[in-house]
Amino acid sequence: MNENADARVLRARGLRKAYGKGEGLVRAVDGVSMDVGRGETVAVMGPSGCGKSTLLHLLGGLDRPTGGDVWLAGQDLGRLGERNLSRLRRDAIGFVFQAFHLMDELTAVENVELPALLAGRSPRAARRRAVELLERVGLADRAGFLPAALSGGQRQRVAIARALVSDPLVVLADEPTGNLDSEATVEVLRLFESLHVAGHTLVIVTHDSRIAATADRLIGMRDGAFVDETRLTGGTTGNLGALAGLEG
Amino acid sequence: MQQEVVLALLAKEPSHGYELRARLRQALGPLGEAMNDGQIYVILGRLEKAGLVVAEQAAGLPDRPDRKVYALTASGQERVAGWLTEVSWPKPDLAEFHLKLVAAAAAGLADPLAIVDAQRRELLRRLRDAQRAAMAEPDRSAAGLLLEGIVLRLQADLRWLEACERNWTPRRDRS
Repeated sequence: MNENADARVLRARGLRKAYGKGEGLVRAVDGVSMDVGRGETVAVMGPSGCGKSTLLHLLGGLDRPTGGDVWLAGQDLGRLGERNLSRLRRDAIGFVFQAFHLMDELTAVENVELPALLAGRSPRAARRRAVELLERVGLADRAGFLPAALSGGQRQRVAIARALVSDPLVVLADEPTGNLDSEATVEVLRLFESLHVAGHTLVIVTHDSRIAATADRLIGMRDGAFVDETRLTGGTTGNLGALAGLEG
Repeated sequence: MQQEVVLALLAKEPSHGYELRARLRQALGPLGEAMNDGQIYVILGRLEKAGLVVAEQAAGLPDRPDRKVYALTASGQERVAGWLTEVSWPKPDLAEFHLKLVAAAAAGLADPLAIVDAQRRELLRRLRDAQRAAMAEPDRSAAGLLLEGIVLRLQADLRWLEACERNWTPRRDRS
């Protein structure tokens, strides 16, 4: 793969995606540029309908932009044909979706190993890796369970393990806590935190402030465009004690 | 910190100041770190003057400069009992922010959405800190429970900001 020497994993310039024509034209993504560094967690936050899911699809090569370019590790997605693009998606990008998208008839471990098998890994290597990842997401004892026998939080953790099976350059998550109750959200938060610590690169689009708050950098999106950007690292201007009604 | 908190911590048994401090630390976890150690003694002094506690010099322990043992008086006990049954209400400062948006929009001084964004940035930074601190606490710790309360409050504030954002977003005809 044509790897750039710099630390940018993902780069987008002037991305646009429009649907419809004339009066009915909707600019879902309207001139978005961004860079995501290696090991960085970036959250894109905005109200529903702001275009953040469409943006994620463009970044992940699930959808082609109307205009603009995306580079993943220096590779221009727009120059890839369908077959190479789908190979890049499979090998270099991990996807996590709101609705988990697990195969109902496969067990947890079979779901996790599936992309590795499709990528041509030996069944034994794929299984070993899948078991390892289930252990990492705290579900080693659920490996043989079908998704229907798992809680929402557990299903999402299986989906996250699956997203990691090919050691992707970047994990793209679309409302990963959107279908989860508060307790399951915390499970996923902890897991994302540990991925971040392990050096994974994450882009999360969400309107859930809790998951957004795990990011290093937060981008606000409205009407298809970025309107605000901030670093969340580097501490607050107040202390936590003051928030609890304690004086310093 | 309120005097009643210190009084209530004394209700368990007559204690040294440093024992009260340890109980506070236990209940507050990382939130107690910024606490000024002298504060508790200042409060104990006031409580003593007010006749709500009595201090007795304890014998022994020459290595401890703090040899006073504090105990509740009858009126101290009464105050604690009253405080426990009191319903205290948090004071969210929403009106000021709300009026800031209203005034900024009316005068055309600033974009209310930019004000909302700035507020959100700060709240999210705090949420990040509170959340990390909460996740670092062991299960069922008293301090973890307090941090969970802060996280929930911040989430509520952030949800209200979403409502503000919707309200102040210029309506566009997108049909």
